[in-house]
Amino acid sequence: MRVGSWRQVWGRRAVLGIPYVWLLLFFLVPLLIVAKISISEIRVGVPPYEPLLEFADGAFIGVRATVTNFVLLFEDDLYVSAYFQSLTIAGVSTLLCLLIGYPMALAIARARPERRPPLLLLVILPFWTSFLIRVYAWMGILKDEGLLNGVLMWLGVISEPLVILNTDTAVYIGIVYSYLPFMVLPLYATLEKLDPSLLEAAADLGARPIRAFWSVTLPLSVPGIVAGSLLVFVPAVGEYVIPDLLGGGDTQMLGKALWDMFALNRDWPSAAALAVAMLAALALPIALFQKWQSKLDNPEGQE
Amino acid sequence: MRRSVFLLSCLGFGYAFLYLPIALLVVWSFNASRIVNIWGGFSTKWYWELTRNDDFLAAAWLSLKVAATSATAALVLGTLAAVVLVRFGRFHGRLLFNGLIAAPLVMPEIILGLAMLLLFVALEQAIGWPDGRGFSTIVIAHTTVGMAYATVVVRSRLAQMDESLEEAALDLGARPIKVFFVITLPVIAPSLAAGWLLAFTLSLDDVVVAQFVSGPGATTLPIEVFSSVRLGVSPQVNALGTIIVCVVAVLIVVAWRLSMTRKER
Repeated sequence: MRVGSWRQVWGRRAVLGIPYVWLLLFFLVPLLIVAKISISEIRVGVPPYEPLLEFADGAFIGVRATVTNFVLLFEDDLYVSAYFQSLTIAGVSTLLCLLIGYPMALAIARARPERRPPLLLLVILPFWTSFLIRVYAWMGILKDEGLLNGVLMWLGVISEPLVILNTDTAVYIGIVYSYLPFMVLPLYATLEKLDPSLLEAAADLGARPIRAFWSVTLPLSVPGIVAGSLLVFVPAVGEYVIPDLLGGGDTQMLGKALWDMFALNRDWPSAAALAVAMLAALALPIALFQKWQSKLDNPEGQE
Repeated sequence: MRRSVFLLSCLGFGYAFLYLPIALLVVWSFNASRIVNIWGGFSTKWYWELTRNDDFLAAAWLSLKVAATSATAALVLGTLAAVVLVRFGRFHGRLLFNGLIAAPLVMPEIILGLAMLLLFVALEQAIGWPDGRGFSTIVIAHTTVGMAYATVVVRSRLAQMDESLEEAALDLGARPIKVFFVITLPVIAPSLAAGWLLAFTLSLDDVVVAQFVSGPGATTLPIEVFSSVRLGVSPQVNALGTIIVCVVAVLIVVAWRLSMTRKER
């Protein structure tokens, strides 16, 4: 690339330095502090954790680190089950998003070119309106005396209202609903680029549409599937608002557990340990996403 | 290509799923009855109640200020980051930079919120700033998130841009800073608008991070809505949601028409 044209070194340094320093100070350092506090001891006071490095009369006397916070997490069934429940709910929701989103993305990609932008716009539009208020709308639909039960009882399908709000089912609906656009967009991006002549070739060779889909379209859209799944899975694992509003007492998810531990129990070291444990579970998916992103930025493989 | 009935019905179902709750919200906001299944007649009383709800109005004003400030900061930082990533080639620490800029996109909000709060607490202990949490802490947290999104939008436009324009200007003796403002900025302007709007919307919508980094005196609109919604269905929130949907729909359609006429020209 052209390095020489950005001749003024100081200018280059400023352009690089300003966002870099911001990210280090307001993103990397906070994460390191979380890691630090996750191995600090809890205490009663402000702030509610002991300093990691001990000083006496200005001299450094030792490190006071502990793994108790992590041990406590693993020994507490509540958090272990929250851990697995979060991964399960996020995983199943991702799959549901894929099942609903894939045909949508394919239908948009196969629509006439001039129809694609408005169809895509319709997928994105809900994302621009308040997430919180859209989740809240589901409360009105799903509650015992809500719209869904009203319609089903009026149709005579059920005689007693179904309990959906404050159950896992409601959480699934909420997550799939909120994250569906994140699945459709990357899927559409890969499906749109698909060369239609490949499908024509498959048809000429006698493959039926279903067969052509399985052996041509689907394998070629794997990058979109991976990207979309990560964009749904990762935030869903840490989701806090949806389980809080739609979930019930037995829906334990990490995001909610973390908030309760932090705000109600004021146990900051354990909350930090939970955050570290959550990041550990997400490290692999996040790394995959990073790789996908850098491939997207450098298609020629410069990196 | 042959239209598949299956695909089209999936598309129809998907749109119905996406839009049904929004449509219901609009209908409920005009319902005189508090109960969703009973139509109590057409009424705008929830809108009037909303205009008299001082907590909501104060929170909305704070949210708009936070969103405008953080979106602007996020756009400046994000544009710088995009220039670095697209035009700077290799440099020491590029891998780390790349990772740091993309990580907030996939980091669960709850971890981001906790991390930001712990930073502010540690800073306050060490240097006495920030003194408590409020406007500035929310702005900093939202800027970090918005910056990541703004970078994605701006960098993709910058990567498509024809570099020979910039090269020509440089060859003619223009200084890089002048080239950036006279050539680069006008070309990438639509992506700047999109990046700003994205950061603005994300800030306006965020409840999780804001809950961590806001103080007692600074309640943003989503926090206010969240706490009233947790107590149950509230017709005023229906009215608020309807207003938000209308504003967003108008803005998006206008932006879309503008981009269409640009392309036609």
